[in-house]
Amino acid sequence: MKFSENWLRTIVDPPLTSAALADVLMMCGLDVEAVESAAPAFERVIAGEITGISKHPSADRLQVCQVNNGRETVTVVCGAPNVAVGMRVALAEVGAKLPGMEIKQAKVRGVESSGMLCSAKELGIADDAAGLIALPADAPLGENIRKILELDDQLITIKPTPNRGDCLSMLGIAREVAAMTGCAMRPLPAAAVAEKINERIEIALEAGDACPRYTARIVRGVNALAKSPRWLVERLERSGLRSISAVVDVTNYVMLELGQPLHAFDCAQVDGGIRVRMANPGERLKVLNGQELTLDPSCLVIADQKKALALAGIMGGAASGVTDTTRDVLLESAFFAPAAIAGKARALGFASDSSYRFERGVDFAATVKALDRAAQLILEMCGGQTGPVAEACTTLPLRSQVRLRRARAEHVLGIALSGPDIAEIFRRLGYVFEQRSDEFLVTPPAYRFDLAIEEDLIEEVARVRGYDRIPEGKPRGPAVILPALETRLSDRLLRARLVTRDYQEIVSYSFVDKSWEADFCGNESPVMLANPIAAHMSAMRSSLFGSLVDCLKLNLSRQQERVRLFEIGCCYERAAAGYTQRRMIGGLAYGGAVGEQWGAAKRRVDFYDVKSDLEALLGGRNARFEPVQRLSLHPGRAAGIHVDGRFCGVLGQLHPALQQKYDIPYETICFEINLDSLSNSSLLQFQEFSRQPVVRRDIAVEVAEAASAEAMMATMKKAATGLVCDLAPFDVYRGKGIDSDKKSVAFRVLLQDTSKTLTDAEVEAEMGRLIHALQEEFQARLRK
Amino acid sequence: MDKLEEIIREALSLFASIDDAVELEQVKARFLGKSGALTDLQKGLGRVPAEERPAMGVKFNAAKEQLEAALTARRDAIQRKKLEAQLAQEALDVTLPGRGTGSAGLHPVTRTLERIEDLFHSLGFEVATGPEIETDFYNFTALNQPENHPARSMHDTFYLDDGKHLLRTHTSPIQIRYMEKHRPPLRIIAPGRVYRVDSDATHSPMFHQVEGLWIDDSVTFADLKGLIAEFLRRFFERDDLKVRFRPSFFPFTEPSAEIDMSFGDGWLEIGGCGMVHPQVLKNVNIDSEAFQGFAFGLGPDRLTMLRYGVNDLRLFFENDLRFLKQFN
Repeated sequence: MKFSENWLRTIVDPPLTSAALADVLMMCGLDVEAVESAAPAFERVIAGEITGISKHPSADRLQVCQVNNGRETVTVVCGAPNVAVGMRVALAEVGAKLPGMEIKQAKVRGVESSGMLCSAKELGIADDAAGLIALPADAPLGENIRKILELDDQLITIKPTPNRGDCLSMLGIAREVAAMTGCAMRPLPAAAVAEKINERIEIALEAGDACPRYTARIVRGVNALAKSPRWLVERLERSGLRSISAVVDVTNYVMLELGQPLHAFDCAQVDGGIRVRMANPGERLKVLNGQELTLDPSCLVIADQKKALALAGIMGGAASGVTDTTRDVLLESAFFAPAAIAGKARALGFASDSSYRFERGVDFAATVKALDRAAQLILEMCGGQTGPVAEACTTLPLRSQVRLRRARAEHVLGIALSGPDIAEIFRRLGYVFEQRSDEFLVTPPAYRFDLAIEEDLIEEVARVRGYDRIPEGKPRGPAVILPALETRLSDRLLRARLVTRDYQEIVSYSFVDKSWEADFCGNESPVMLANPIAAHMSAMRSSLFGSLVDCLKLNLSRQQERVRLFEIGCCYERAAAGYTQRRMIGGLAYGGAVGEQWGAAKRRVDFYDVKSDLEALLGGRNARFEPVQRLSLHPGRAAGIHVDGRFCGVLGQLHPALQQKYDIPYETICFEINLDSLSNSSLLQFQEFSRQPVVRRDIAVEVAEAASAEAMMATMKKAATGLVCDLAPFDVYRGKGIDSDKKSVAFRVLLQDTSKTLTDAEVEAEMGRLIHALQEEFQARLRK
Repeated sequence: MDKLEEIIREALSLFASIDDAVELEQVKARFLGKSGALTDLQKGLGRVPAEERPAMGVKFNAAKEQLEAALTARRDAIQRKKLEAQLAQEALDVTLPGRGTGSAGLHPVTRTLERIEDLFHSLGFEVATGPEIETDFYNFTALNQPENHPARSMHDTFYLDDGKHLLRTHTSPIQIRYMEKHRPPLRIIAPGRVYRVDSDATHSPMFHQVEGLWIDDSVTFADLKGLIAEFLRRFFERDDLKVRFRPSFFPFTEPSAEIDMSFGDGWLEIGGCGMVHPQVLKNVNIDSEAFQGFAFGLGPDRLTMLRYGVNDLRLFFENDLRFLKQFN
């Protein structure tokens, strides 16, 4: 809500600067979003009257005006189209400083000009550059126009929290300022309305729960074309509302002043009495913003005997509103229950100042007061005669007493509070309360919908007393030593390991393009958002691959040549009951195996480079890799990762078809591991080790391509008699000297006895067993 | 005996002039070898009268030792020179960069999250987590936001197409899930991703939050202020940091406050907090007369921006390596 500081100060005027007043608003919980001047700084602009106009002798579009500035008549050359004799205008005198310019005595096309006549734009107070500002006819000549137009004003925008609907009016804001500062409020103008006709509209209150109170009065014989006075237009405009017509301006003004949304119907469009009822199924209503609504019985409407006239508390109907030809007006002031309005406007796709207030709660004790105020202003501005208030009422919201125990307030806030302090705070807030020794029983005012429990009152005490006056407690708490799980592969440890291996962490959106799910996971029915922010962010990802590849593409487009990424994030899938949400770690490597550098051969990263990274990542775990088929991965270059016997992820080269589809120049290696399936490892255990010398022997065998290194090693380990303490392949060779469907694999074998030095004979015998086993199992041919 | 001295003089001057180890040994032979000058002279010792012989012998031995010592010194010098030459030749350009695989870095927000976890860990707060696809119950209802509550409009919620589930709009549901399983006293922080239908220069549809919760028998609003203020001063490593608590509204806390901080010029909003609402405690069967405490939610993305001077939230989720690598 935006409002004028000057207006507020007519109701409550604490001795504070504008900045200090804004601070008070901030610290009472009315989030101050902006404080801006009503007009930029300028000086020496005064009211003048045009007393004579003549054509400029040498410029068609210019005129030479005689302007009375209150002391003398000066000549000013002016190009505005709306100059007229008798008009009172804003005269910038010679020496005046305007935004971005200084006025000097000047010759304009040969004619002396002593000043400038200003448009609103030149003064920086509006965008209207079409003509001069027309000052009121009674503007005192020579008077500073900042004073005449009340330009020394601040426009304050606040955003009250949803529980403080009572602060959506000048009255409500003033109440808060008064409570916070202790400064007394001035009473608002009393609205005394003379009832000159005796006509009361019939009200049938058929939806009493949704509308506990409905009041209305008729004003006959209004001049709908009357102009709103300048002060009222000014206050509306400084509150961000445009002047529309006198009657509508009044309803808006009273809403801003008192917080009660009003509506004005054209009596001629109301057929018989008013019915406040739920809409009929399929009932149609065209509302003021032009929308044609189809209603259902959850919508509350104001109707006459034949049709719906307005969407209650949200927006009036297009057909029943006040127009230029309206003679008789039916003014409505009602209390619609917050629950009946809340969410309705949003569900229908629009909101209004009215629904914004009703859904937060409007003062149900001030319904008639607003009606009186509006009638008074309409009579003043548009003439006419009004009748008595018609009222229909059911059960208004209950206002039960809320108890505050002094000790409880102290216990929650951590400060000492005296009984008189609390009583003073409640008095300032205008609460009706009883005090029984250390207990206070508060009856919440009709305009407050957020005071139901003791804590609500504790907050009121803290707020008015000042949050800043509650001291900061020293951090304390029971001294505890938290568990420290050494056997857990924590996210932090995993991240640190991958970072050490040159993978950059990224954070990407959990919602992705639906096509990625199909491309990378073959998932044609991913978990979808009902209201995505964009079509390409509509599917909840079930794999990190899409995001990683997307990030790779982005960085390739930004001239990166070597990209290594990882992310820890959730992946989502449908499950029998709801959804599974797995925490995954995924990574990708593209480009050089190492960064381009001097003295190192250039080589692109391959499967085994990343496998080594994963072995480091899973360090200490029993990880096995075996061939796997995945839509996203090269069928011959993909491995399932099994840790401690459990399948937990995949590693492989991005499928060449996807590489091509996503326009990635070279092969890309990616991996993904489900962190939820990694169990804790067992604690490290010391093992006695042999101190005997180690003997090394190498074996090179020629075997079929299909023979896996793992299988060969398993065979050898099985054949060994316990002397082999380490076994690892150190060379794989294909090509000259080897059959085309075969490969040569060389193993390094370390042998050691636990208690003595091995003899050559023992070593040869053990090696013989290994070779024999390979020959048996793999038809291996020993290479010399 | 002039001859002896002459030989010594000649030998010493020759040794000193030689720079090569092999040559030095050859020259040595000329003096000390089987037919070397000194050896020859010594052979003539037989002609010396018997009573002079012992004295002469002493002189010869002294001469030999002197030459041997000169040779050793010369050998060492030659060796040293050779080594120096070799080392000079082996010198590297130590300014060339190191080889091998480098290391990368954490996402800047992760750095912040780890700092937050560490700081709260030092005060006994454990880390808790929860699901990102949530139910209406945990995200709203259990947090005292029944359907149609105007506060729900504060959160523009992503819903799933099943009409039942949503993406959590805050990390507060973790409070509920944790309190369902644990009894007070309890102290947790819960970092995670949250989602809201909002996307512009200062809002991302996905961002991070850290929830904090401390429930005990006498945790007060003053404790809340003290803990948050101290945390922020430690996080930013600045004792002059100003922290302001401003009345606000959250359905699940009462009293509630907005947390603002300032380095001296203007206030920046960095989170919300408050005393846990009795209805929330009731929803998880905790007696609100016996236990009370506070909850807070901090914006780690914002904290990261402030700490490292990042000027655009969207950079965190764009994953441009030129940005990310600045934090390595």
